Amino acid sequence: MEAIPLRQVEAPAITALVAEMCREANIYPGDEVAEALKKALTREESPAGREALRQLIENLEIARREQLPLCQDTGFAVFFVEWGQEVHLTGGSLQDAINEGVRRGYREGCLRKSVVADPLHRVNTGDNTPAVIHTALVPGDRIKITFAPKGGGSENMSALKMLRPSDGVEGVVDFVVRCVREAGPNPCPPIVVGVGLGGTFEQVAVIAKKALLRPLGRSHPDPYYAALEQKMLEKVNELGIGPQGFGGRITALAVHIETFPAHIASLPVAVNLNCHAARHAERIL
Amino acid sequence: MAIKHLHTPLTGDDLAGLKAGDSVRISGVIYTARDAAHKKLAALIAEGKPLPLDLKGQVIYYVGPCPAKPGRVIGSAGPTTSGRMDRYTPLMLEQGMKACIGKGLRSAAVKEALQKHRAVYLAAVGGAGALLSKRVLESEVIAYPELGAEAIRRLRVEDFPATVINDIYGNDLYEQGVRAYAREEKQSPEID
Ligand code: SF4
Repeated sequence: MEAIPLRQVEAPAITALVAEMCREANIYPGDEVAEALKKALTREESPAGREALRQLIENLEIARREQLPLCQDTGFAVFFVEWGQEVHLTGGSLQDAINEGVRRGYREGCLRKSVVADPLHRVNTGDNTPAVIHTALVPGDRIKITFAPKGGGSENMSALKMLRPSDGVEGVVDFVVRCVREAGPNPCPPIVVGVGLGGTFEQVAVIAKKALLRPLGRSHPDPYYAALEQKMLEKVNELGIGPQGFGGRITALAVHIETFPAHIASLPVAVNLNCHAARHAERIL
Repeated sequence: MAIKHLHTPLTGDDLAGLKAGDSVRISGVIYTARDAAHKKLAALIAEGKPLPLDLKGQVIYYVGPCPAKPGRVIGSAGPTTSGRMDRYTPLMLEQGMKACIGKGLRSAAVKEALQKHRAVYLAAVGGAGALLSKRVLESEVIAYPELGAEAIRRLRVEDFPATVINDIYGNDLYEQGVRAYAREEKQSPEID
């Protein structure tokens, strides 16, 4: 049998791509976020909430025009890599290539370095590395890299719970709403709510984060979950927290759910909150 | 919505006219500090040593800015979560601080101390870092350069926008706002 020739990719090519994604994603979160904020402004009733939304809309315009990071918290560098198993990486490891790209991108882009080397000793690594890298091997000879810098303010208000299957959908909705209520103004509302359902303890957190990668305005392909997302969004917006917690109608711009099969004994739920700065960049190589 | 203009340093009279929910524009000198800098200031106070800045009538802004791009005064500079400063805030108020700017919930102890010292807590819009950086005219590191983004900076700001969360009368916009807009009574928030 003849061996299939592997496609070769050089590590420096990955590094260059990653550096570019770091600079780009931190400046502008994409038109769908700008659109969502403008739509929110038409629906917001509270004067202080409207003022906050107006500032966020203007902020995006300034960031794009002047090529400035839209928020000073340019985040922990989180990557999702789908690696085609017919691709061979030469000239270094994937991890080193990505970290070098982060180092370069954060330095060249004048982005803030927000990572400490040890959670208790807390000395800044000075270059925003290491990145958090989730890798999946997939069929084919393509590489897809998604970069999603994650701010601390919203990450800190995220939560995970192992519910009982008998808690059902009500239990899930309750948990999500409670999480947003307790977060209050801290995650810089209006927020995007990523919900992971199912899987194991670690898996549910990863899919909650993945839920945040879905472009704003696109609902779950399964009509049941699309309706559940809508219901959760309404409940969350009934809380009255409003933009920046100043009180108002728009606490969240969207709720995104991702699911995974679950153990017969478990109903894990994870809520990963994101601010309106739902930044990401994606490249296919 | 009427906008109130504040010029630093602040006096008691400046703050008497402010109510939770008011929109303000701040001009003058303010100082930046995050938790790392607060920790160092608190240690100096505990040892009875002088501080690198006189806090009387001053405003502390909780921010860790991005590095400035060439030709700019400062990088993006929006507020960070204030709760991390809660344990140090009463101490800063005792030193004469009159206002702090951040975002997010404060502890009961901080709110009490604010009222006691007749000081206010203001929120800037979290996530509006690019916009807010343009209201900063000058920036100079005055202490703890080794802390990088967390160093203490003296900023000169003009028309820096913020919203009053806690006024000197004990009102709290985070509580009032939710009360005014919540649609389900039993879901009134447990804000501590
Ligand atoms: S929660 Fe988001 S918008 Fe708020 S400071 Fe953090 S990264 Fe910026």
